[in-house]
Amino acid sequence: MMNLLRLISRPTASAPVARERLQILLAHERGLRGQPDLLGVLRAEILAVVSRHIVLDPDQVIVKMDRGKHVSTLEVDIEVPNHAKRSIAAAAR
Amino acid sequence: MAKVLVVTSGKGGVGKTTSTAALGVALAQMGERVVVIDFDVGLRNLDLVMGAERRVVFDLINVVQGVAKLAQALIRDKRLENLWLLPASQTRDKDALTDDGVGRIIAELRTKFDWILCDSPAGIERGALLAMRYADEAVIVTNPEVSSVRDSDRIIGMLDSKTVKAERGERIEKHILITRYDSARAARGEMLSIDDILEILAAPLLGIIPESQDVLRASNVGSPVTLNNAASAPARAYTDAVRRLMGETITMTVPVERKGLMRRLLGRRAA
Repeated sequence: MMNLLRLISRPTASAPVARERLQILLAHERGLRGQPDLLGVLRAEILAVVSRHIVLDPDQVIVKMDRGKHVSTLEVDIEVPNHAKRSIAAAAR
Repeated sequence: MAKVLVVTSGKGGVGKTTSTAALGVALAQMGERVVVIDFDVGLRNLDLVMGAERRVVFDLINVVQGVAKLAQALIRDKRLENLWLLPASQTRDKDALTDDGVGRIIAELRTKFDWILCDSPAGIERGALLAMRYADEAVIVTNPEVSSVRDSDRIIGMLDSKTVKAERGERIEKHILITRYDSARAARGEMLSIDDILEILAAPLLGIIPESQDVLRASNVGSPVTLNNAASAPARAYTDAVRRLMGETITMTVPVERKGLMRRLLGRRAA
């Protein structure tokens, strides 16, 4: 019975879905074009600022971006060792 | 004045080589002096589509490296006397192509031809960049399908930033060529429409090449579709596109196959 219905009914048009998906995706991709890698830049600058005060392992600085439908979140995860030394620059101050 | 036209797409398999050959032939048929250059180093195919695969002696890289003179590497078409092919190398490393070398060759070709058609490799790497580097205009070959449209958008971004013209602050003229278009499927809403594609890519339309068996038949025998069957639907669409490139105003239509009764009956069921 389902098969029969499927034969009779016209398949729903998928082109409008394709069009909408493309428009959303390209609006996003065009915004990024020509810019340096945003997360890379953020990570380097955050690392530089924090390193002025605490000695850090650069590999323990993780910056993630999660793009949601309405808002995006930026997650910065910096692991600081418990016996972290203050950096020389901070100590000298 | 010579015009350098890059045929590009980003995505592979959308019909760049087929279109380069068909457009080159159609331009030559109108009396223009044309050279088609294959930039797909390592994966050359324009020679095969043009039916000149057994006549390749020297190639683009031989000329870049000074091993051969340009005149030695150019292959004249046996059917159209004002059509020439500059093949890519099949064996060399693609890094052998240099910006300076390509620039010198294009400059020399500009003095000898009316049209220089550069068949770009797929992708956005060095070969694709060099194919578009010295272009005055670009034909962006796009299938009515999401991945192809996305890649075309990416390529348009590169045309606007990485070409010599763009770096000089000039505008590179862009033309969208839609290939493998099936009007029946588009009418049923199963395929992105022409309007959708043009709205998304925001560039003018050069032509609509219908999906057709004539295209495969032409490449099978090494004769571009505009030469092999000039009356076929895709050939008429390519010829119209060329006339638009030359500045004529021609109403945009999707040429249709002239089907026999049997094929029409069978075709409807298979669609």
